Amino acid sequence: MPSIVFKVADDVSTDVIYPGRYMATVLPTETPQFAFADDAAFNAKLKSKQIPAGSILLGGKNFGCGSSREQAVSCLKGHELVIVAHDFARIFLQNGINLGLRMIVCPGIEASEGDELELTATEVINKNSGKRFPVQPMPKSRQAIIDAGGLIQYTRKRLQEASAD
Amino acid sequence: MTVVEKILARASGLSSVKAGDVVEPKVDLVMSHENAALVINQFLEIYQGTAFQPKIWDPTRVAIIFDHRVPAESPKTASNQKKVRDFVAAQGIGKFHDIRGDVGGICHQILPENGYVRPGSVVVGTDSHTTSHGALGAFAFGIGATEMASVWALGSVLNVEVPATIKVVVTGRFKKFVGPKDLILHLIGKISAQGANFKVIEFHGETVRKMSTSGRLVLCNMSVEAGATAGIVPADEETARYLREEAGITDPLEMVASDPDAAYERVIEVNVSKLQPQIACPHRVDNVKPIDQVAGKRINQIVIGSCTNGRLDDLAIAARILKGQKVASHARMLIFPASAKIYRQALAKGYVGVFMQAGAVVMNSGCGPCLGIHEGALGDGEVALSTTNRNFKGRMGNPNSEVYLCSPAVAAASAITGIITNPRKQ
Repeated sequence: MPSIVFKVADDVSTDVIYPGRYMATVLPTETPQFAFADDAAFNAKLKSKQIPAGSILLGGKNFGCGSSREQAVSCLKGHELVIVAHDFARIFLQNGINLGLRMIVCPGIEASEGDELELTATEVINKNSGKRFPVQPMPKSRQAIIDAGGLIQYTRKRLQEASAD
Repeated sequence: MTVVEKILARASGLSSVKAGDVVEPKVDLVMSHENAALVINQFLEIYQGTAFQPKIWDPTRVAIIFDHRVPAESPKTASNQKKVRDFVAAQGIGKFHDIRGDVGGICHQILPENGYVRPGSVVVGTDSHTTSHGALGAFAFGIGATEMASVWALGSVLNVEVPATIKVVVTGRFKKFVGPKDLILHLIGKISAQGANFKVIEFHGETVRKMSTSGRLVLCNMSVEAGATAGIVPADEETARYLREEAGITDPLEMVASDPDAAYERVIEVNVSKLQPQIACPHRVDNVKPIDQVAGKRINQIVIGSCTNGRLDDLAIAARILKGQKVASHARMLIFPASAKIYRQALAKGYVGVFMQAGAVVMNSGCGPCLGIHEGALGDGEVALSTTNRNFKGRMGNPNSEVYLCSPAVAAASAITGIITNPRKQ
């Protein structure tokens, strides 16, 4: 069962997730080293591979607000984190869907660092408190992209369909 | 329909749309800056394993502007810029603005001043402040690099949900040294950093009608700081004047307006007659206070510039306040005109001389210290007062520093004293 390895407040910006000074680094293979670079302790944990794949980063409201930088998504995806948040800022949510970052919108979630969460399609269950919280579906407009595994795959499919017409 | 609903209906080939509908609008203009380097990677990946050659759907509609790190601060950036230049040449991208003193500048100034954005158009950019271009009556919003790669391939944005609209009606007359920046900071403070998430903010009222395009760009630029998908001022006489007189556009303009019975999610009324200069305090853009609550705070670096407040009228008000004065000896002042054109205008009007004689450093056009990647970093414990748009922790390159946001008038008055100063009381 995955546990919460890091809990953050509301309105965490992409400047905090991926500081601007690392923006010249764009490759998804290289961005993960700078995830939460200004939080020395969490960044060190990520880089030392102490955090198992599928671990949970618990966000508040408006997670990923600010800049459109996609590195803020690719750096988290590189560590195979699952982001559970009350809700997400628009561009971050779309970037996350486009790149296939695992995100769960759970507006009422109550949990602390270290808690284990069971993630189902419809609810998040906090194994420590026993409380269950409903999950909001991803925007219906984006379902086709999620189903295709990401926007690159979906666009490729669209190009092929267009040429077949 | 609202103006944005009309724009999206037209761009999607539909007679009408409403908030919540999912559409696939064709885009009129797309914009990237240095992050085109990442867009190129994603674009090429789309074509992997297909029989197609990677070719942008319409390179005449693509604008690429170098502004985030100009001139390059590192070999990595220089190599990214080189890669983009090669791609621009190979694809025949026309609206390319390299690091130049004639046509260079910040993307959100280059687009309007060259007439690339027209009322009624759909604009997407790989920059969150693409919302700026709503000032010209366009529906303009920020997207990520992979989304842009998809747009380059297809010429449309896939699966856009038509946003609901918040109508903001602004009345009253600004007091001296109070203006659009104070209005938008006040609004963000009022509705919060999430207050317009996934929504459009449509600006109306006599104050907006009388406002210059430069001021409207400030409102739309910072709409994203309330979470808005887009800000928009429906096109009017001022929009036409700006495009004709300042951008030199001669072709017909399509003036799109909201219907009188358009559906709004909510209406917010703001009267600016009593508004005081506003300050966004660390580390949140919605942590907004009237200046008197923070006046006296000692500052180390003053920045005037950025896509928010680096335009000629911003420099004019700063020059008026700084003329014959000196920047406080414990502080440093950095000024970044928003484009090379504005820089030359500021030179011709004598503003650059005023700034330099006051002790300010006038830098080349670009994003400068705003996002902490290039120059003007802050030391540990230092405080910046800046006309830029974000004050998130670490924004200016150092998590152990603070950024306060303000108007150009407040920045200039405070540069003289070295403490946050109300220009109305100086």
